[in-house]
Amino acid sequence: MSATRRIRFTLNGQAAAAEIGTHETLVEVLRDRFALFGARESCSQGLCGCCTVLVDGHAVSGCLFLAAAADGVKIQTIEGLASGERLDPVQEAFLECGAFQCGFCTPGFILMTRQLLDENPAPSEDEIRHYLSGNLCRCGAYPEIIEAVKLASHKVKSRTPGGAAP
Amino acid sequence: MSATAKAGQIGRSLPRLEGRAKVTGRAEYIHNLRLPGMVHGKIFRSAVAHGRIRRVDTAAAKALSGVFAVVTSDDIRKVISNPYYGPAFHDQPILAIDKVRHVGEPVAVVLAEDPHVAEEAMRLIIAEYDELPAVTDEVEAMTSTVIVHDALKPAGIFPDLKHLEGRKGTNVALDFHLRRGDVKQAFAEATHVFEHTFRTQPVMHTPLEPMVSAAEPGDGTLTIHTASQSPSFVRMEVARLLGWPENRVRVKTAFLGGGFGAKLYIKLEALVAALALLARRPVKISLAMDEQFFTITKHPSTFRIKSAVDKDGRVTARECEVWWNGGAYADVGPRVTQKSGFTAAGPYDIDNVAIDSYALYTNRPPAGALRGFGIPQLVWAYESHTDMIARALGIDPVEFRRRNILRDGRPQATGTVMKDAAIDKVLDRLVQRLGWSRPFDRGQGSVKRGRGLAVGFKASIAPTTSVAILNLYADGSCGLYCSTVDMGQGSDTAMAQIAAEVLDIPAETVRVVHPDTDVTPYDMATLGSRSTYHMGHAVKRAAEDARVKIDALKADLGVPPGSNVPLAELFRRKYGMQAGNIVGVGSFVPSYASPDHDTGLTPNATPFWMVGGTGAEVEVDTETGHVRVARLINVADLGTPINPRIVETQLSGGAIMQLGFTMQERMEFADGQLLNPNLADYKIPGMRDLPARIESEAVDAVERGGPFGAKGVGETATFGVSPAIANAIDAAVGVRLTELPLTPEAVYRALRKAGR
Ligand code: FES
Ligand code: FES
Repeated sequence: MSATRRIRFTLNGQAAAAEIGTHETLVEVLRDRFALFGARESCSQGLCGCCTVLVDGHAVSGCLFLAAAADGVKIQTIEGLASGERLDPVQEAFLECGAFQCGFCTPGFILMTRQLLDENPAPSEDEIRHYLSGNLCRCGAYPEIIEAVKLASHKVKSRTPGGAAP
Repeated sequence: MSATAKAGQIGRSLPRLEGRAKVTGRAEYIHNLRLPGMVHGKIFRSAVAHGRIRRVDTAAAKALSGVFAVVTSDDIRKVISNPYYGPAFHDQPILAIDKVRHVGEPVAVVLAEDPHVAEEAMRLIIAEYDELPAVTDEVEAMTSTVIVHDALKPAGIFPDLKHLEGRKGTNVALDFHLRRGDVKQAFAEATHVFEHTFRTQPVMHTPLEPMVSAAEPGDGTLTIHTASQSPSFVRMEVARLLGWPENRVRVKTAFLGGGFGAKLYIKLEALVAALALLARRPVKISLAMDEQFFTITKHPSTFRIKSAVDKDGRVTARECEVWWNGGAYADVGPRVTQKSGFTAAGPYDIDNVAIDSYALYTNRPPAGALRGFGIPQLVWAYESHTDMIARALGIDPVEFRRRNILRDGRPQATGTVMKDAAIDKVLDRLVQRLGWSRPFDRGQGSVKRGRGLAVGFKASIAPTTSVAILNLYADGSCGLYCSTVDMGQGSDTAMAQIAAEVLDIPAETVRVVHPDTDVTPYDMATLGSRSTYHMGHAVKRAAEDARVKIDALKADLGVPPGSNVPLAELFRRKYGMQAGNIVGVGSFVPSYASPDHDTGLTPNATPFWMVGGTGAEVEVDTETGHVRVARLINVADLGTPINPRIVETQLSGGAIMQLGFTMQERMEFADGQLLNPNLADYKIPGMRDLPARIESEAVDAVERGGPFGAKGVGETATFGVSPAIANAIDAAVGVRLTELPLTPEAVYRALRKAGR
């Protein structure tokens, strides 16, 4: 397990590079080299969504995604979602709806919701349940998460030019 | 709202104080912790359920490049001579000694800087065992010739376990007996007698932050960073193991990524402590998801319940025999056995009661507390039984419950008189929400609909102590120091609200300092829904103490008591500059009377009662056995909620967790091996497993003994879920399931067996 290679990528809008082991996963590299802890390893099997990060805009399970494959891509983590002090509307909605308890699953749900709303700005409750079915929350904050996704959808609409006034 | 709350901080749905940190991914968990010079530990585990260790060969593992050390129990004993731990029994070795008693028991540990190297080396360890016959069933363990522990080793701290010291040739770790009235006579005079047996399956908490602990050796000191619900206990127990005074061991926690009872007492802490002392450098062990299943589980149980009923449909006597499968190490099982024993006969007014509750050792992974301390297993049985009786007698299940319900002012099975337990109100609200008296759509074709309900109650774990310190700094801002662990239940926010109410300041300005035993005072543990009541009282008293001291300072400075001179200004006048502190201290331990050893009776079984009920509407597909929960209603008596919004999420979250234990979760064992220790094969509820509608309600109630009328929340919504759904299934299709989980296969088989 000693083979290493150098990868370059964009991390939350900034150029980044790292010397990585070819066996290392993206979530390990983010944690160990960049001190980014928002993507978290839990099930290690691509089943819980706690380790979700966006690679070129697509949600991936960081626990299964080999860091070597991140060469040349754009990575966004939960830490890069807010612009300065201003939270993303999805983060705001999760905060306002209290859509978490322990918060361990929260970054994964927020990033998945971000992707959902990018694809479908006004999802129905069924669509929300279906889209987020790959993320687990053992605290069972699901009712509040669904509420938060709906609120986020309103917020996104009202922030987009041409939408209702904020 | 409680009449004593005036500052508007109680009953306020304040968003969690740490919300921003959680939505930005910046909340602190021990999971994130890295220490300079740290090595990672990977545990080598037993592959057999019961066996004598013949040989553990670590040579190949040691030889792997990058391995720092490989440690077995021989090494552990160099730093801890008697390395057995546990809250009730000192029965669990830090690493297996001579024998292994369950699959997955830790046998050796590899230490390496690179966790991948540690894992690879772990796979090079070879262990050989002389396998022994294993006992896995709790009822068989009563009489089995397979004995898990040669002699019982109760921990000295519990006086009521002392008589078990050195007992040999038994798997019974504790037996609790309760006798009230004349059960024999009542059964002899009964018009009807009903007897049923119910079982529950092994399940696991699966917190998404898997268990994690690290230890850092200092100069004659040790700091343990751990995702623990009980930092004070960890310090006490590690100090005991090392033979050190408590002040040389420091235990720190952060937010927990879920706990649910899994992260209580000692899990990895004694191991990392010993490893750090051996390695003379920081050691961290982060369990993988699969390893959690071998570490702690929820008690599987068998419950035989028998009731005598008179001609008017009144239950006149009840006999309960409960066997708890505690696995290979007692953990807190004996407490589960005793405390749940108090209420095994259910929330009914029954004059003659006999309860026998047994904690059994078996060759299964240890069982401990899981969101309810045994209560969900009991309610599953007694509320299923209740419906079965009503059905057999042709009495409406709600009417039957009303005839027998336990009301305030009446003695419960232990003899303790009920107070502030809104059992009848909870039942009434369920009935109203379900529209019980209205006609109900019974479904069409192969899909049948039914509804059911269930009500349960729980005695709080007593007596336990909480201490809090409130520190007012020189600028007048406030720090609250308490060892309650926020694992998602929102305790930081609730405690801040209580302190703020007393001090008449906004709760969001209170800074809650996280557990650090060098800094925050003693707390028994964050468990059993005890914090709001116990720590809530301690915090309230600490804040009141601070207020008294502020008044004294005012008097000292000649400032009239009612004046609103800011605290910072008072400090400035007193010390001539921005300086000083006011420190308020509060502690709380409720009154309690131990049950009589022979009769189990006590006039004071608990400081407060938790009451929770569930109503369910289900749709059963008679062709596939598939059950869809269309509506799940959770109603609870929580006294006066401190934070209604957080309380509501606690209720729905607890119910959803119990829904998993009811419908889908089961640890599958074959030939002693656990087949599904991962989230692929052990499915916890996701979005698509949710009921179409889920509703939660706290009834209008006050707990007069609680801080601002409040009491505990965390476990309450778990009580009624399983029996409410089984009762609804019976109502829909006329089959009765007596074993959890209620899988499509189980329903299908029951339907076919009944010829439906
Ligand atoms: S840790 Fe990656 S999906 Fe669970
Ligand atoms: S909030 Fe705890 S797992 Fe989702």
